[in-house]
Amino acid sequence: MASTATTPPAPSSAQDAPEKLSLLEKFKKGDEAAFLITFASALTIILITCLLVQRLWADSALSRHAFGWHFLASSDWDPVNDQYGALPFIYGTVLTAFLALIIAVPVGMGAAIFLAELAPRKLSNVLTFMIELLAAVPSVIYGLLGIFVLLPILRDRIVPVLQGVFGFLPIFKGAFYGVSYFSAACVLAIMIVPFIVSISREVLLAVPQSQREAMMALGATKWDVTWKSVVPYAQRGMAGSIFLALARALGETMAVTMVIGNVPSITASLLSPGYTIAAVIANEFTEATGDLYVNALIELALVLFAVTMIINALARLLMLGMKSQETAH
Amino acid sequence: MSRARANSPRAHAYPPPHKKVINVVMLTLTGLCALLVVSVLLFILGYLVWNGARSLSWNFFTKLPVPAGQTGGGMANAIVGSAKLLLLASAIGVPIGVLGGVYLAEFGKGWFSFAVRYTTDLLNGVPSIVIGIFVYTLIVIPQHHFSTLAGGVALGIMMIPIALRSTDEFLRAVPNTLREGGLALGASKAQTVVTVIIPAAMQGIVTGIMLNLARVAGETAPLLFTAFGNQFWSSGWNGPTASLPVVIFNYAISPYEDWHRQAWAAGFVLLSGIFLTNIVARLLVSGRRSTSRS
Repeated sequence: MASTATTPPAPSSAQDAPEKLSLLEKFKKGDEAAFLITFASALTIILITCLLVQRLWADSALSRHAFGWHFLASSDWDPVNDQYGALPFIYGTVLTAFLALIIAVPVGMGAAIFLAELAPRKLSNVLTFMIELLAAVPSVIYGLLGIFVLLPILRDRIVPVLQGVFGFLPIFKGAFYGVSYFSAACVLAIMIVPFIVSISREVLLAVPQSQREAMMALGATKWDVTWKSVVPYAQRGMAGSIFLALARALGETMAVTMVIGNVPSITASLLSPGYTIAAVIANEFTEATGDLYVNALIELALVLFAVTMIINALARLLMLGMKSQETAH
Repeated sequence: MSRARANSPRAHAYPPPHKKVINVVMLTLTGLCALLVVSVLLFILGYLVWNGARSLSWNFFTKLPVPAGQTGGGMANAIVGSAKLLLLASAIGVPIGVLGGVYLAEFGKGWFSFAVRYTTDLLNGVPSIVIGIFVYTLIVIPQHHFSTLAGGVALGIMMIPIALRSTDEFLRAVPNTLREGGLALGASKAQTVVTVIIPAAMQGIVTGIMLNLARVAGETAPLLFTAFGNQFWSSGWNGPTASLPVVIFNYAISPYEDWHRQAWAAGFVLLSGIFLTNIVARLLVSGRRSTSRS
């Protein structure tokens, strides 16, 4: 409050003739200047985003003209003969992301329910902070741990067991060398769990207490209260957290690049090496020779951008109802 | 039910036994889920401290990398490179993000405000590798070489949306009575914002910037084709530079044992910095909350 004393008093002329202020006087009051400066910053953000879309669109022109929609459907990625098709990368990206969701969603939801409904508030806060720290671990460090810790464990312990039990299924057939869709999905699952937990917990905590009390009064168990009364109420927000996690999994680069094996092929087996859009850009962009090659890689970036944009928009749409409830109280 | 309860309240007590079993099983499962996630964190931390601290030496902070095959050397250039990139990123991301946040919280309304909010969310969701491509086409292609400048711009663009949102959020948390008080004293809106509202939200805004820095400090993908990498010192802003995350990546996928050791050390240093920043930021915010409540 002491700082207000140092500001000069506002000119009183504003009250005498509000519409006859000269530009200079308006500037002295600072409102116009402050508005313009902050407005310019806000506008910069829109301009940067527009520029981003424009660059991706313009710099992928060669590839778009050469292959058209066929680019998305062709599985032929052959830089030597200048043939480019994105299908193996789209397949790998979608497969690893959904596999990661299958692993991460039940665990994340369970942990969120525990933290929101069961754990004492203090313990819950500490555990949530720790889980949010997981989200702060850089992706390259997940990759490092993936290569040197997860791959050996998967190769020596987990996959032999999986193959022993489910080996007859086509998704678990073939030799396993460590790098694979499955390994990438495991790393991705660990990376997206914190997002699911922290957002779902917030959503669950925002469910009104009366919702719990009403069912509790009927004599329901704690689990019934949670599963039949609290979770349905928080459904939309929890679904939103899954979509946000999906968008992150689709765009994740470094950790996936380090454990997926980087082979552009489409196979049913989850244990064979693959490739994702982000990984192929990371690996081949600096070495790409020839304009068409670079353009094809930029078109891949454009595809990735479009897909994550749509998923993010869906997530926002789902969480929109929730936000308005939050701001209401 | 009321009749049953009147006759023998124990025998027909709700919930029935099988519900009680389900209750205990499911609640235990949720607890195990939480335990699993937390233990992953502890494992990561433990493994990095064990492997990283072992590989760490004074040389790591003072020496340049040595050619592949030789042992020894350090990552002094990558540490300085990361610091330079972060400095440049803050110089770009913080002013635009914070001022944009001020606009949204204090001046913005109507469709333009909605558009800014929407684009910010959009930009925040753009995969970091796409930001790298964008800056490559924007700066690296016209300049014909990789540079610290391009890397800093890429990280700066990544900082903008988060800086904007955290500033917006903390400014909105300032009670309206403070705004009214400032205006009632005869200050203009801009004066009120600069001398009352922003100082009141300052701690939150600074915390937001710290967390933001901690996040981009570990970003690797946008640096691959902007800052690139460098075995030597990079002077000025116009040449390619080494940075900790990119070095970790290159060393981890290399076949050399000694480089793996150095990657662990670098991972340990990077993660310690990021976690420390997160913990300090957390303490700052929680300290602020408890004082404002009293």
